[in-house]
Amino acid sequence: MSLIADDWSAISLSLQLATLTILLLLLIGTPIAWWLARTRSRWKGAVGAVVALPIVLPPTVLGFYLLITLGPNGPIGNLTQSLGLGLLPFTFPGLVIASVCYSLPFVVQPVQNAFEAIGDAPLEAAATLRAGPWDRFFFVALPLARPGLITGTILGFAHTIGEFGMVLMIGGNIPDKTRVVSMQIYNHVEAFEYAQAHTLAGGLLVFSFCVLWALYSLGAGRKIWK
Amino acid sequence: MKSFKLFSTLWTALLVIANPAHADEISIAVAANFTAPMQAIAADFEKGSGHKLALSFGSTGKFYAQIKNGAPFELLLAADDETPARLIKEGNAVANSQFTYAIGKLVLWSAKPGLVDDKGSVLKRADISHIAYCNPKLAPYGAAAVEAMKSLALFESLQAKLVEGENITQAHQFVVSGNAEIGFIALSQVYKNGKVNEGSLWIVPSQLYSPIRQDVVILDKGKSHAAAAELAKYLKSDKAKAVIRSYGYEL
Repeated sequence: MSLIADDWSAISLSLQLATLTILLLLLIGTPIAWWLARTRSRWKGAVGAVVALPIVLPPTVLGFYLLITLGPNGPIGNLTQSLGLGLLPFTFPGLVIASVCYSLPFVVQPVQNAFEAIGDAPLEAAATLRAGPWDRFFFVALPLARPGLITGTILGFAHTIGEFGMVLMIGGNIPDKTRVVSMQIYNHVEAFEYAQAHTLAGGLLVFSFCVLWALYSLGAGRKIWK
Repeated sequence: MKSFKLFSTLWTALLVIANPAHADEISIAVAANFTAPMQAIAADFEKGSGHKLALSFGSTGKFYAQIKNGAPFELLLAADDETPARLIKEGNAVANSQFTYAIGKLVLWSAKPGLVDDKGSVLKRADISHIAYCNPKLAPYGAAAVEAMKSLALFESLQAKLVEGENITQAHQFVVSGNAEIGFIALSQVYKNGKVNEGSLWIVPSQLYSPIRQDVVILDKGKSHAAAAELAKYLKSDKAKAVIRSYGYEL
C-alpha cells in the first residue's frame, strides 16, 4: 500500500509543526526550567504545576480552552485581532502555539532536572573566577545540562508528532494547513480506509519506537554526552 | 467459612439489586444531531416503561466501526439510512427492524443575530473568513452541505473558507465559539419548541440536497432485549413524534 499525496502532505506538515514547536520550546522552556531549578520563590510550586498541567489534562480539554481563548470572544483572540494578526484557530501558527502549550512539560521537566543536578558548586566556582550570571548560564550551566536538553528535545518533538485531541479541536482538518499525520490516520480509519490507515499508523509506530529507543540507549550511555 | 457465607449473601443481594424483575437496561448509539430530542424522549420512555437507557452520542461512521467490532449497543439511531441497511446486510442487525424515525434539515447558521439572511447570500460575502461544516465522508449532514454548495455553484469558490468538524456537534462548536462566522449544521441543534434559540439562520431549501433520512435499527445484541423493540415502537408513537417535530425534524 503506497501513500497518497494527502498522506505525504500530512507527514510533511507534522514534521514542520514539530520542528518549529521544539525550537520555540527550547527558547521558552529553558529559561523557565532554569528559574524553576534555582528559585526559592513561593511561586515555584504554582508555576511548576501550571507547566505540568498538559501531562494530566486530556488534550481535548486544552483544545477546548484554546478554541475559546483564541477565538474572537476570548482574551488572546481579541489581542491578535487588535494587532492585525487575525484569529489563530484553523491556522498553522495556531497549531504551533497550541503545540507549545501541549509539549511544554516534556521539555521543561528534563531540563529542570538537569539544571538541579548540577548543584551550586560549579556555578560558585565559576563566580569566584569572575564569571557573571550570563557567563555562568551559557558557559557552565547549559553545557552541563546537555543530557537534559537532548532528552527534552527528543521528547518534545515526538510528543508533538503524536498530538491529536487538540488538533481535532482547533485545527478544522484543512489540507496543507492543519491536517497533520494523526488527523489523517483518524480520517482513514473513520472512512474505513484501513489499508491506508495501517501504512501511516505503522510508520508512526516505528518512528515512535526508534525515538524512544534512541532516548533510552542515550540514558544508558549518558557519559558519552557529557 | 463464616466470611464466605457473608460474602455470598452480599453477592446475592447485589445481584438482586442489579437485576430488578422487569426493568431492562439497554445501550443505544445515537447520531450526534439527535442528542437533544433523544434526551427528552429517553426521559419520557424511562418514566413510562421502567427500563433504563444508556445513551452514547457520536458520528454514525464511528458507531458503524464500533458495532462491527463488537460494541455492546442494542439499538442504533443513525444519521442516515445507508448505515442501518449495511448493518442488516452484513448480519449485524435484525432484518425488517429498520425504519425512518426522522428526516433531518440542513441549516446555515450564525451565532450572531442578523448575519445570516433568508436567501443564504451571506455565503458570497467576502468578509466571511470561515465556514464550518462536518466531514462529508463521515457525516450525512456534511455530505448534504457539500451537495447544497454544489447546487448553488459555490463549492469551488468556498473551498478555502471551509473548516471541518469531526461531527456535527463540533461544527456547531466552531460557530458558537465565533471561530467560524457561519456554519452548516442540523436545524435540531439550534431549534426548540418551534423557534430558533439564538443567532440567525437560513433553512437550506430541501431541493438543494438529497433528503437526510435518519433510520433506526435493532442490532444483533438487541434481539434478546424486549426493551430494544419497545423503544423502537415508542419512537413511532405520537408522543415521541411530537417531540421529534418540536426539534425541527420532518416526519
